[in-house]
Amino acid sequence: MSNVIKVNRNELSWWEKTYFPSIFQGMAVTLKHMVSPSITMQYPEVKWAVPEGYRGAPYLVKDQEDRTKCVSCQLCEFVCPPKAIRITPPGPEAQEGVGNVEKRPEDFEINMLRCIFCGFCQEVCPEEAIFLQKDYSLTGQSREEMIYDLPKLLELGGVHNDTIMKWKKKQQDADKQGLH
Amino acid sequence: MFSGLENWFLNLPEGPQFLLLTLVKIGIMLGVINGAVSYFGVLLERKGSAYIQDRVGPNRVGVWGLAQPIADGLKLILKEDYTPAHVKRALFLLAPALAMIPAFMTFAVIPFTSRFFIGGEPFGAVIADLDVGVLFTFGIVSLAVYGIVIAGYASNSKYPFLGGIRSSAQMISYELSMGLAVIPLFMSVEGLNFSEIVINQAGWHPILKVLPNWAMFQSPMLFLSFVIFLVASFAETNRLPFDMPEAETELVAGYHTEYSSLKFGMFFLGEYAAMLAVSALIATLFMGGWSLPFFGLDELASNGFVALIQFGIFFGKIVFFMFLFVWVRWTLPRFRYDQLMNIGWKGFLPLALANVFITAIWMWLRA
Repeated sequence: MSNVIKVNRNELSWWEKTYFPSIFQGMAVTLKHMVSPSITMQYPEVKWAVPEGYRGAPYLVKDQEDRTKCVSCQLCEFVCPPKAIRITPPGPEAQEGVGNVEKRPEDFEINMLRCIFCGFCQEVCPEEAIFLQKDYSLTGQSREEMIYDLPKLLELGGVHNDTIMKWKKKQQDADKQGLH
Repeated sequence: MFSGLENWFLNLPEGPQFLLLTLVKIGIMLGVINGAVSYFGVLLERKGSAYIQDRVGPNRVGVWGLAQPIADGLKLILKEDYTPAHVKRALFLLAPALAMIPAFMTFAVIPFTSRFFIGGEPFGAVIADLDVGVLFTFGIVSLAVYGIVIAGYASNSKYPFLGGIRSSAQMISYELSMGLAVIPLFMSVEGLNFSEIVINQAGWHPILKVLPNWAMFQSPMLFLSFVIFLVASFAETNRLPFDMPEAETELVAGYHTEYSSLKFGMFFLGEYAAMLAVSALIATLFMGGWSLPFFGLDELASNGFVALIQFGIFFGKIVFFMFLFVWVRWTLPRFRYDQLMNIGWKGFLPLALANVFITAIWMWLRA
């Protein structure tokens, strides 16, 4: 009970009852705000710094040797809550350059109109191939334009430094054994 | 270059000369004062509200958003002019005009500078120099309520109707205090002519030498009059904290809910013109109109240049009050309806009445 603060509610004087003191106080507050600088950011001209760990648009990444990291496991496609991702896996034929070692996707589409930037795809990806990056303002003239395909996603995604290079070793092994 | 034109004008017979002169004055009053101040009033409202709320305000149309009112006006004109099927058509069409005209008519009796000059000849700078100017003003101002009431009634729907009812009660209540508030002024000036009232406020204050001899400083009673008049004028123009007829949080948009396009634009213009009119009234009645006590600016102008400066002074005073309207709007919240009525009938009306009697007794004691 010791921390109870007793507030004295004094009777208002007649001058206070006319409300003029409060009105003048209020006008002083608004005047102060009027002369204080505006806090509006002039958005398209000035942009805010995107913080680290921000969940923007998901893009595919390559490793430092220009290898598409995605192996079309389709986990992201399954986990995606709004079904924004659509992966076309390669057929049984060997792919040019990589052979059958890894399954680089034939096509990888993310519909940015459906994407909710939840980050499940990044979380579920076993290959660290998809990352939510810093883009937050995606615009387009049509719905089709907002469906990002594989080349576009790779271009926007950039390079992710891979320290393990698992697929490179697998390919080297395959080459040695002549399985390629 | 214009001397031929001036000579032609000065040699005209009385009748056409008067007609032309009146048209020139109307042009100055409506074109320059109403046009410019309404324009900048709208801009001032938007910019002022923005600055008070720490925003930037319109800044895309023109330099610093200066062309924004043009864009706003164009937008209003280009909107569909829709008349709902359930309205009372004749009255519905009449109401916007009725809301706008009284505000403009008030300007007929307000002197915008002491005299203005055509070819070196002085002419009175008021459209109609009525000896009963103030009575005329109050007669016209009281018509403004009809625009709103008729709009509320003709719209034939719930919210406009409530807005119309509120405004009729509010405007009639506050008109009483407003009218009573100026009576002490006329008792001391002993006249109802606006030009005389302005001339009566020339020079410096006789006791407090630093203050100009404006009516609001001439005596405590007149200062009280000024305060009552100022508050009542907020109520008369339906500005916050007295915007009962619109009260967008309660009544959608009040009396102009059913109006669109230019019809709404006319209400909008009417509101700003009314603000202008009361600003000009307060400036003329209590703040010395076109005069300032320095450099002989409180005397009748001797040439066109002085007249122009006096015109600028009057313009500046109007802009100051327009700014005050905006400032108060973004400071004070709306009154509750019963509070509004309480203040009007139990506060300002007795106060204004008492003020008349006190002024009378004081003048009687002094005489």
